[in-house]
Parts: sequence; C-alpha cells; structure tokens
Amino acid sequence: MSEIQYRVAKNVKDAVALMAKSKGKGYVLAGGTDLLVQMKSGAREPGLIVDVKKIPEMMAITEKNGAFTIGAATPAAVLGEHKKFRKTWPGVLEAINLIGSTQVQGRASAGGNLCNASPAADSVPALVAAGCIANIAGPNGKRSVPVEKFNAGPGKTTLKPGEILVSLSFPKRGKDASDAYLRLIPRTEMDIAVVGCGVSLTMKGDTVKDARVGLGAVAPTVLLVDKAAEALIGSKLDEEALEAAAAACSEACKPIDDKRGTIKYRTKIAGVLLKRAALIARDRINGIEHRGTR
Amino acid sequence: MAKIHVTTTINGSETEFLCEPNQTLLDVLRDTLGLTGSKEGCGSGDCGACSVTVNGRLVCSCLVLAPEAEGQKIETIEGMADGEKLHPLQKKFVEMAALQCGICTPGFLVASRALLEKNPNPTETEVRYWLAGNLCRCTGYDKIISAVMEVAAEMRGASHA
Amino acid sequence: MPDGGSKYKWIGTRPDRPDGADKVTGRARFGADFNLPGQLIGKVLRSPHPHAIIKSIDTSKAEALAGVKAVVTAKDFPEQANMIVPTGEMQVNLRDITRNVMAREKALYEGHPVAAVAAVSEAIARQALALIKVDYKVLPHVIDVAEAMKPDAPVLHDHMITEGVNPPPKKPSNIAKRIEFNKGDTKAGFAEAEVVVEESFTTQAVHQGYIEPHAALASAAEDGQVQVWSTTQGHFQVRGFCAKLLNLDTSQIRVTPTEIGGGFGGKTVVYLEPLAIKLSQKSGKPVKMTMTREEVFRASGPAPGGNVKVKIGAKKDGRIVAAECIVEMQAGAFPGSPVGPACMCSYACYDIDNMHIVGFDVVSNRPKVAAYRAPGAPISAWAVESAMDMLALKLGMDPIDLRLKNAAKKGTKTAYGVTFNTIGMVETLEAVKNSAHYKTPPKPGYARGVAAGFWFNVGADSSAAAHVGEDGSVTVISGNPDIGGSRASLALMAAEELGVDYDKVRPVIADTASIGFNFVTGGSRVTFATGLAVVNSVRDMIRELKVRAAKIWNVDPEAVIWENGMAKPAGSNVGDFEPLTLAQLAAQAGKTGGPINGHAQLNVTGAGPGFGVHVCDLAVDRETGIVTIGRYTAAQDVGTAIHPSYVEGQLQGGAVQGIGWALNEEYIYNAKGKLDNPGFLDYRMPVASDLPMIETILVEVPNPTHPYGVRGVGEVPIVPPTAAVGNAIARATGVRMTDLPMSPPRLSEALDAAAPKMAAD
Repeated sequence: MSEIQYRVAKNVKDAVALMAKSKGKGYVLAGGTDLLVQMKSGAREPGLIVDVKKIPEMMAITEKNGAFTIGAATPAAVLGEHKKFRKTWPGVLEAINLIGSTQVQGRASAGGNLCNASPAADSVPALVAAGCIANIAGPNGKRSVPVEKFNAGPGKTTLKPGEILVSLSFPKRGKDASDAYLRLIPRTEMDIAVVGCGVSLTMKGDTVKDARVGLGAVAPTVLLVDKAAEALIGSKLDEEALEAAAAACSEACKPIDDKRGTIKYRTKIAGVLLKRAALIARDRINGIEHRGTR
Repeated sequence: MAKIHVTTTINGSETEFLCEPNQTLLDVLRDTLGLTGSKEGCGSGDCGACSVTVNGRLVCSCLVLAPEAEGQKIETIEGMADGEKLHPLQKKFVEMAALQCGICTPGFLVASRALLEKNPNPTETEVRYWLAGNLCRCTGYDKIISAVMEVAAEMRGASHA
Repeated sequence: MPDGGSKYKWIGTRPDRPDGADKVTGRARFGADFNLPGQLIGKVLRSPHPHAIIKSIDTSKAEALAGVKAVVTAKDFPEQANMIVPTGEMQVNLRDITRNVMAREKALYEGHPVAAVAAVSEAIARQALALIKVDYKVLPHVIDVAEAMKPDAPVLHDHMITEGVNPPPKKPSNIAKRIEFNKGDTKAGFAEAEVVVEESFTTQAVHQGYIEPHAALASAAEDGQVQVWSTTQGHFQVRGFCAKLLNLDTSQIRVTPTEIGGGFGGKTVVYLEPLAIKLSQKSGKPVKMTMTREEVFRASGPAPGGNVKVKIGAKKDGRIVAAECIVEMQAGAFPGSPVGPACMCSYACYDIDNMHIVGFDVVSNRPKVAAYRAPGAPISAWAVESAMDMLALKLGMDPIDLRLKNAAKKGTKTAYGVTFNTIGMVETLEAVKNSAHYKTPPKPGYARGVAAGFWFNVGADSSAAAHVGEDGSVTVISGNPDIGGSRASLALMAAEELGVDYDKVRPVIADTASIGFNFVTGGSRVTFATGLAVVNSVRDMIRELKVRAAKIWNVDPEAVIWENGMAKPAGSNVGDFEPLTLAQLAAQAGKTGGPINGHAQLNVTGAGPGFGVHVCDLAVDRETGIVTIGRYTAAQDVGTAIHPSYVEGQLQGGAVQGIGWALNEEYIYNAKGKLDNPGFLDYRMPVASDLPMIETILVEVPNPTHPYGVRGVGEVPIVPPTAAVGNAIARATGVRMTDLPMSPPRLSEALDAAAPKMAAD
C-alpha cells in the first residue's frame, strides 16, 4: 500500500485546506508534466496530491473590460485555441505553447510552469514582459504579486505553506501594443530553453512608447530587465537602441555553465534574442507576422 | 491509502479498475488492463510512445495519474481500428513503410489521428511540429510524414498523383 | 503490384509487410509486453561510483524483506576463463562479460550492476535495493580517452598489458591493445606529395537511441530447463551467453525473440537475461526485468567516442599518394572497442597505394561499448571525409570529382588486405554527380557538403526451412529477429523463387529450439545471408516437389522442371502431362512420400561491401550557431533492392542518426564521473521538425555472390553524415569544425573565434 494520497479538490477553499493540512508534503496536480517526472526521479516525494482540475476558476479563461485572467491550471493547448487571447497576447501564447511537445501541451499550464520555478521556464519571460499578476489564495486569504516576484530561486516559489496559485491576470491591452517570445534551443522542439526572452511593446507611430523585457534561463529566476526596456523606450528600434538593449540583457545575465549551454554562450544569446524578439513584436503591431523565426 | 476505484471509458467501453494513487495511466493500461499497445520508451514525456487521447486531447499517458481517468474518455491505439477495418492512417503506414521496428508506431498513429481531427489540411511543417514529441529512431521520420500527408489529402477527398 | 519492366515478378515490389497489421494496432508484442502468471519483478542495484573496489556486499536485510524472493550478486555466477568469443560484430571476452553483467572485484562505471533482486512487486523490489549494503572503496576515476592513456592515469585492470606492442610494456595501463595496418610505403608516398592535409578530430560517445528499453522475462524450471523471452537482435547469442555465464547446456535454454523496438547493434549483447534466469532459478518463479530509460543510458553499451589524427598527401591533380590515420578509441570499462573496423574502414572508399593506420583500444570508467550501426566506421569517417574535403578545397577541386579520381574499384586492395570484387563506389559517386540535388545549386544562404562512407557487411551463419501446407500455402521459417522489415524481404525472395504469390508465403521467426543456429541480426546480413538460406531452403523444397511430380507422372525427376509455381515436364518428349501446381502436389503429399519440407543452413562469405555518398545543404545562423538542414540526399549501392521501401528506410534512418551524431548527440559526464544527461530530454536525438525529407538514390550494383544480387544496406548510411554536415558547415562559414557534436554553443564559439581572423582575411 502506498503512502501517497490523491484527492480531487472541489473548489479553491477545499484545495487550500488540503494543502494546509499536508504539512509541506502536499503538491498541486495541474497537468502533471513536471510533478510526475519529479515523482519518478525521486526529486519530489508527495504525501498528498491535490488535483485542482475540477476547480472552474483554475481552468477558465475570462475577460473583463479587455483584461484577461487565465486559470493557473488551464492546459496550454486549450489556451492556444482561444482566438481573442491569441490576438491580444501573441507573445505570451507562443511562449506557453512552446512548453514541451503537443502531448505535453495537452496538459501543461502556465501556472504549473510558473510554480515549478525552473529558471528556464518558457512561459515566464513572456508573462513578466506582459506585466502579468499572479493571484494566490491561502489559509490567510488572497493576495497578488507581479510574476517577476513570484519565484525565489531554482525550484523555489515564494508561496507560503497552504497557498496555491489560482490564476494569472493580464493588464488591459492598449492599442498599438504587442509582444513576442523567443527561445534558443539546440533542436527545433523538445528542449529546455538555453535562453528565453519575452518583449512587450507599445508603440506610438514608429517610436516605442512603453516596453517590458523578461529574460529567462540566465539567472536563478526570470529577470525583468528594466535597463533593456529603458534603452528601447523613446527609440525607433534602430540598431543603436537595439544594441544598447541587447547589451543590457547580456549585462543582466547571471547564467551558469551546464549541459545545455555555457555562460559565454548564454550571455551572447540573451542579447541576440532581445533584438530579434523586439522586432517581431514591433512587426506584429504593424500587422506583419513572422513564421518559423528562431 | 487503499487502492482507488476508477470508472472510466476506454475505446468506447466502460471500464473499471483499481489503482495506487501514484500509478500512471500508462502503468494501468499496460499492467492492469492488458492494453500493451501503448509503450513506455522513457517514462518522462520525452518520447511520445505512450500517447493516448483523453477527451480527445493528445497526451502522454506516462504523465497522467491513473486516478485522473475517472469519468474521462480515453482512446488508445487498440481503439483505432474499427473491428477488422484499419483506420486510413494505419493502412497507409503499412503501405508506405512508415514503420521499421514498430515500437513508436502506436504513438505516432494516435498523435497523427489527433492532428488530422484538428487540422485536416496541415502543411508538412505543421505535421513535423505536431509530431515533434514522437521520437522515431528507425525511419528518420520521412515516410511517416509522407504517410500522414497522404492520408490528409485522401481524407479531404483531394486527388493526388 | 509487380513492375512490368523488371526481370523479377516480386523482387523490387513494395507489398505490405507480413507483420504490418500487428504493428499498427498495438497487437505486436515487444519485450515488456510479455508476462507470465505469478511472475516476479526484478530490479538491479547499480554502482553510484565510476570506479571503486567492492569490499563487501550485505544482502541480508533485502533478503529478509517480505515479498523479496531472491537476491543475486557476483557469487551466484561462475568465474569465466579468459576467452574471446564473437558477439554481433565485436569480439568480447567472457571473463569481461560476466563482470559487465554483474560486477565482481570492482565497480568500473556509474551504473555498473552490483546486485539484483526479484520481488512480488516493483515497489518492493526497489525497497529491497535500498536495503542492500555495499561497502565501496572509492578510487580515482578517468573518463576521457586521452586522459586514460596518460602514464599516471588511474588503471582499471591490473592485468591489462597492452597487446600488439613489442616489447610488451612492463606495467599495466588502460591501453588494451594497439593494432596496425600497412600498405606500401607512406614515407615514400608523402615525399612525393605536392599537397598535404593534416588534422586532428574528436568524437563523443553516442547511444544507439532505440526507443524500446531492454527487457527480458525468464522462467526456470526445477529440471534445469529455462525459457527466456528477450528483446534482442540475436536470440542464439542470448542463449550462448547465458549458457556460458550460468554453466547450462545451450539445449536447456529456449530463447524466444520478442518483437524488438530498435537495436542498431545495442541489443546484440546481454544485460538482463543472465540476471533474470538466475533470479528465476533461485526463486522458482518467472522473473521479468526491464530497464528504465535512465538505466539504458547509464548502463547499456553506447558507441565509443574517439580521437582521430589524419594525414593525406596528394598530387596537384587530386591523386592521393599517401594516407595515415591514428585512432584512439574508447572501449568503456572493458576492452573491445570497434577500433579494428574503424581502422579498416578509414580509407576503404579509396584506391591508395601507401597507407599507415594505427589504432588503440582504451578502457576508461564508462559503460562497456556495444555495436552501433557500422561500429567504428563513423568515427574514422568523420575525420577522413573531413580531411578529404579540406583536400578538395585546397586543390580547388569538386569534392565528388576528387573522390572519383581516387575511388575504390574491383581489384582495389584495401589496407586490411582484402581485394574488392564487384563494388559500387564509382557508380554511387556518378549517381550523385548526376542527381537533381547535386545539379541544383544550394538555395541562397545554404551551403553544400559531400561525404562518402563504407561498410564491409557480413555473411555468417543462418538456418532456414520451408514447409508447404496441404492447401499449397507456404511457411518460411528463419531465425533472425526482424528489426526493419526483413520478414517482407524474405517472403519476397521465397515467393520469387517458388513462383507463387507473395500473399501465399508466411515468414515466421522461430525461437532457438525450433530452427538451427543463426548469427545475430546485425552486420547488414539478414537479407543477404538469411535471405540466401531461405532461398536455398525453398530450392530444397522445389527439388522435392519435382521428385513428387516425377512420381505422379512416373518419369525421372531430371525430366521435371519448376516454373511459375508449377511442376512441368521438361519437354514434350517427356510426356503430355498437365502442370501440377504447388497446391495440387501438396494435397497429394501423403501419397507421394509424406510432408514436403525444405531446409538449408550455411555460413556464407562474399557479403559484398557497401558504399554510400551523402549530400547535405544547410544554413548556419552565425549569431546563434543553429544549423538548419535544407536538403539531404543519401545515395548508396544497394545490390538489389528486394523491397525498395525498406531499403530507402535504411538510408533515411541511418542518415538521420548520423545527423544527430553530427549536431547534438553526446554523452556528457560531470567532474564526478557521472552521466549528466541520461534521458531523451538532454540526450538530443533529431525530432521530426529538425529535418527535411531525406531523398534517397538506390544504385543497384548486384552482388555477384547472391542469387538475387543482395548486398547488405543497413549500416553504410550512418557513416557519411557527420562529415557531410561538417563539410557543409565549413563551406557555409569558412570554419572547419574538428570536434563532434557541432552543437550551437560549440559552433557559435568557433565562429566567434574565427571572426577576427576572417575579418582580417
């Protein structure tokens, strides 16, 4: 007989209660594409598995006055089929839709991706660039934090005992705004990002009015690179501005050497991806869609 | 915890089984239900040999817990043929030699069917990216992609040389 | 349907394979799909240390755990003599094999088995492993070949004195042997050279990457009989090894090969089978064992990496006058790398008068290597074919023309002393030269690389039988697991020989008790050698059918011919007899002498070597080092393509394995000697979106030693791709990569390093 228990939570309150009772041995099961792999390798050893997929608000995509909120456990493939979300946040969506294979997409969620707290998580740089807010529920009530402050380090969130991520909220999108996410992987699919870069732009004519840059896989958590954004704001995305923003990204990197890339390579690529992602976002605002760019 | 009793639908038939909380759907399909058509190539969602659909959604069964099957509709390779009649994809794979050792074939067939049900007119690039989660080491993918494109064309009723 | 213009009715057509329905419905049963009632689950305890003395193993707590029915360690396996046996295409030593299967004095790689248990469930088996106490004395380890060859390297085997060195060294080392091949006089040859190219290359260990992990089910009975179901390329091999390792008669062990989910050479050896048998003997129950993907990477045999130095001297017109190659190859923890074939194949594509080739077989603390599709050849080819490209660039010569100028032909004598009979190197080069791909310039942004490759192909032992049922349908029995569609080819050859419909011939793969000995499925030998045995067994049956017809007609058997599936009188003078079909003769079998069977067994040489030439167009993203393959063609002399679809499949599959080898595949060890990437996530094999269609050109140069001209095809395709890709990268960027894999971080680094130099040029 196994020591592991499996429970299906009926609602958020139920899920929070189950997690709080589990004394640190409880794990939320959304898509399971991280949790099951970790259980098999022994990296995570649950006492209690709390399945949240029957909680409507954790699986829903809602829109209020042009501002989207997506349930933390909404499968990426389901989100990918939402035409309006795709139109509003193409960069966020392409990031989320890059998590794993088609099979993994059928289950994986942005919320799970964020909570797994891998520095290389694909969705997170785009969420950061979008100014996404994480909505949390816990034994002491609800709270919200910007996504860039949600994680503390590799594999570590800032969730307190009993807390769960319920949903992700996006700001209302103005006009002439779009975003893009690029990652570098050795193959064309199936790899963990060596570097991931999300750029969100608001343009006024051909000048950048506002920008946010999220950089992943180059530090213990995903970075919000203010300096890169500053270099872009007020510019026409000319070569000089892009170089400056790229340099800011390379400077902000604190990468490691590992089996996926070297410090030198990641630092260089951070800059390369920034330039490319910024131009893709700008082109999207002008109605030009790039296919198969890397 | 005692074993969990699950009632689910597999390939159109109502099925019941008992499972441990941490058994995967793949474990149960193979070891409890005798449905060995879905294969374990890696156990970590990296090879697609265990592909099934849950409520029409393509997933790796090694990444689904068996208790999650409660109340769901699961389709495996064993449900693809209609009695003695092979699905057009199954038939075409054999005709076009889109398999050599055959271990990845169930996964590819389930994944390909899911693709064509969603997108009856995929480009070669779309087919390749959809199937990127299915590893094949024998064929180099060439004849698999060709077979899927041919079936797509046939199912659309398009004529081809 | 048969092609009207061909000389054959069935050979060269593309019918459905006989196991097709089973394979596309999930009905086909692979290794892990077999179960027996009451079976136990077996699991292996593996060394966490790359190099350690095993001081003691205490299994008492594991044995006492409820649900555990047997525990084994090295003491359950008899000691083995220092004896070489052939296995697949490699030579191995039983003393080493028993230690690889279960460690004795030392743990020699991370993942090395040190104990195994059988329990009523997998969960209990895992708990039992955790209860086994192994007292290790951890030793310094060495992973890299060059490091292992240094005089102060940690030594794996105290008895290892390098063979092939005169006088022999006084101290043990990690160099198991040194081999040498010479032809002519390279000193004189290089003195005549007008252009010389010299470079050093390296490759990393790569895995065959079969999607199906190893699996075995063993059931030992009280009377000493043992049954084994194993996913293997050679069930007779499994029988032979298990008999030796466990002191059993081969006739006591019956091995049934399951369907096999890929092998590529990696399943020509044993890992789990001896353990499962022993556990079954001790427990009295069947024992099922499977490897996890992680175990496959940590503990099964990859292909070796190696260091290769190459020097080629030529005249200005391109004629090569001298060639040298020095190969240092990883054997893993025990000797037996394919350094021999690596040396022998290195210049086999070319007719060169003066050659000097040296190879070293070097052990280090990594899993013992196993065969991988043309073992050894891809490693030397990476170096030689890159150097040939450097030569072509230096001479300003087209790479195909350079190879044509030096191509091996009938009568060419190789460095290893064999003189070629009819071969297809020239024909293959010309087919590429005239191909649509080669005649079309690369697209803008793309550059082109060309490379050639060679493999001997083998013949060896096969046994086959043919039986006709009372209704005239035929069963053809052979003993080689079907890894790529060979059943279809055997049925095609039998149908052609017999003159009956393909659908009337059922090929069956028999277990070790039900057919005579067969060498492994490997060496690109099955369609050739087993095909020949099948053809001969059908001919044996036809001989008997003619005897039966003669009996019915009361004529001399010499007066009967067999044509289009029927016995006919040889001429009108024999008599006015209606032809007798196979079905008619079969129906009368009992009356004319009994069952009509044919059989044949052979050990055949004359396999007919294969040559391949590949062309690769690719683009390099200079900022990121990402390579995109735009177009790829694999051309090869394939003898006669019995079932062209499966021949094309061999070319495509081998080419893609080579592309993975070129771009991203490698074993990554950390400083602690542990494998960092034991999974498909970070051992990066090509996925469907990485590739274009792989075009194939089948050049049919029939092998004169086979009735249907069959030449082995399966292994050659993996030999050219690494250099084809590397040569294209060199032409795209001006940078010559010498180390595999050419992954984005490495390529990017090389491009950045070359940038200031190129700016200056």
